[in-house]
Amino acid sequence: MSYLVTGARVIDQNGERRGDVRVNDGFIVEVGPDLSRNDQDRVLDASGCVLSPGFVDLHVHLREPGREDAETIETGSRAAALGGFTAVVAMPNTDPTQDSVEVVDFVRRQGERAGWCEVSPSGSITVSRAGEQLTPFAELADAGVRLFTDDGNGVQDPLLMRRAYEYASDLDVTLAQHCEVESLTAGAVMHEGECCSKLGLPGWPSLAEELMVHRDIELVRLTGARAHFLHLSTAGSVDLVRAAKGAGLPVTAEATPHHISLTDSLLASYNALYKVNPPLRTPQDLAAVRDGLADGTIDAIATDHAPHVPESKERPLDQAPPGMIGLETALGVALAHLEMPLVDVIAAMSWKPAAIAGIADRHGRPVEPGEPANLTVFDPSTEWEVVPAQLASKSHNTPYVGIPLRGRVRHTIFNGDAVVIDGKLQDK
Amino acid sequence: MTSVEQRQSAGPRGSRSLLSIDELGTDGVFRILDLADHMVEVNRRPNPKVPALRGKTVCNVFFEDSTRTRLSFETAAKRLSADTMTFSVAQSSLNKGESLRDTIETIAAMGVDAFVIRHGSSGAPWMVDKWTQASVINAGDGWHAHPTQALLDAYTVRTTLNRTGGLEGLRIAIVGDVKHSRVARSTSAVFRLLGADVTLVAPRTLLPPVVDEPTSENLDALIDDVDVLYLLRMQSERMNEALVPSLREYTTRFGLTPQRAGRLKQNALVMHPGPMNRGVEIAVDPAELPGAVITQQVSNGIAVRMAVLFELLGSGHGSADTLEGSSE
Repeated sequence: MSYLVTGARVIDQNGERRGDVRVNDGFIVEVGPDLSRNDQDRVLDASGCVLSPGFVDLHVHLREPGREDAETIETGSRAAALGGFTAVVAMPNTDPTQDSVEVVDFVRRQGERAGWCEVSPSGSITVSRAGEQLTPFAELADAGVRLFTDDGNGVQDPLLMRRAYEYASDLDVTLAQHCEVESLTAGAVMHEGECCSKLGLPGWPSLAEELMVHRDIELVRLTGARAHFLHLSTAGSVDLVRAAKGAGLPVTAEATPHHISLTDSLLASYNALYKVNPPLRTPQDLAAVRDGLADGTIDAIATDHAPHVPESKERPLDQAPPGMIGLETALGVALAHLEMPLVDVIAAMSWKPAAIAGIADRHGRPVEPGEPANLTVFDPSTEWEVVPAQLASKSHNTPYVGIPLRGRVRHTIFNGDAVVIDGKLQDK
Repeated sequence: MTSVEQRQSAGPRGSRSLLSIDELGTDGVFRILDLADHMVEVNRRPNPKVPALRGKTVCNVFFEDSTRTRLSFETAAKRLSADTMTFSVAQSSLNKGESLRDTIETIAAMGVDAFVIRHGSSGAPWMVDKWTQASVINAGDGWHAHPTQALLDAYTVRTTLNRTGGLEGLRIAIVGDVKHSRVARSTSAVFRLLGADVTLVAPRTLLPPVVDEPTSENLDALIDDVDVLYLLRMQSERMNEALVPSLREYTTRFGLTPQRAGRLKQNALVMHPGPMNRGVEIAVDPAELPGAVITQQVSNGIAVRMAVLFELLGSGHGSADTLEGSSE
């Protein structure tokens, strides 16, 4: 299949230029102004749009295997393609856990069967994410796993985490931490501060995140291993990572769209759609996370896409599970809420997360002839509102209903196939 | 059928539900307190029962153990001739089976005019209020709110001190586990709404993370001057959470000991929402405290809850005229 994308602003790590892009048989074959039209090319109009390397999401929950009632790899990767993602990293909190070659192979194959984007499985750091015994990092690395994490349950035991970093330092893998000292957050429902005090809800202190960020930075200093910090949410965490990077430590970090756009005051509605871990924080924290993205302290925007069946989100706040979906709204939230150069937003959604995910040989590549055709075309100025019933994700727990978004994906090209054209999935 | 959005939310006169003191507002508080005077009069009659809510059904839905609040609401509804139903369930069994929404919608389908909700989760009555056309009365949600307790407390202070207006100029200390107390949140709100100066007295561990109101950790510095000493229940499990070192130390710093009782002003009131932990927050016999109004709080609770039910469900919406006549 060949495509000619016409009239785009091409933005990648080498800058910006205007032009057409021809894709043939999985690869970019030509980039330049006013390319000639071949009869066999399907023309994709990109006037007024940006063409960039495809987006990469470091943090999605696809719920398969285990909770296929909330999401499947098929439905989740459809949502990803609509959001402009050509690759997503599947978190390991599946049932069974992604702690063995068999399970990660299954997840990868299901992604290939679906065919909407690359589904790159992460592996857990400990068996069953129980925080007791390390998983076979080398075996899993041989099966293609580059990112290891215990996901929602950060590894609590400092000794075990030290061993994990030491062992990982021999291998070309990255350990990603959900930073939360759980003894400080028992029963927590929302950010600890003024709002939780008024609402009579147990709070998540910022300290619980920052203590573990600090611990893991020191473990990186000690072991030399690479660490990636999942979904930073507090001003203090951003400062810690900024200092660690300043000291030259091999750490990276991500932030979610909701931690740059929504605050804890939303919980006053007692609507569990707004319950998420780490919790929505204060306007000051939001500003700090945005600053962290702007100055590069935070490398990537990652959605923490977390589908939940509707009845679970209708429970009282303390009984509802945390999490919100985000694949289809990520770009719209980022462009509506970030005041940084467009190329930096794209960097945080494409080549920077591709490098952290260990898939930079095929995603987040420059838009040049010979490169694999994983590309996103989006209109950066379209204003729109999300309609839950129209989402491709099987679950509809988006917090963005009624909140204006800016920027919408028009075409997504994955492995040389236009899987989304004019905002519509191209069923095969 | 009216949609939920078209219904009035709690607050001004004619509203459907009572969820919190904030939503009730100053005017609403005064209206309930004035109406409670009429209810006290009804309760003094030889046959303390009026037909005001005949034909109305009030369902008490208690997801948390409660004796006094449930009995108080039941009695209040019966004195107004409403039919009552009671649904009590331990929260754990709800987790296993039916969702809160299904429970509420099932009971609502039986034809209910008001739900009286006690739930261990902060915010649960607000959720219920979205799911039903019936009135919802918050009988205590998590650590969050307990508005009828607050109203009966305000009523008790107002009547005991023979006030007709608000509580301006009164110095009130609320002492104890403010952090985990829905009573403290609602009662301090109503006292402040009525013009009193409220100080929350507790160690830092038993205060919410952020507090707007004046606080103190030194009861002895206040005790000579307070007009109302409001003691909160101190639960023994707080020690296991390292919130206080021991109940003995708690009593030493924050309990109403005989020494402190002796320093109270002559006409200072001593209040407690019950149930009391004798020897912990109250280390004297309340029967020997001239200012103790703890039993009056309980009896006023019935009148105040009658006022709330009548305000929300009565045909006259707060007009006391329909309280004439008696019911068999």
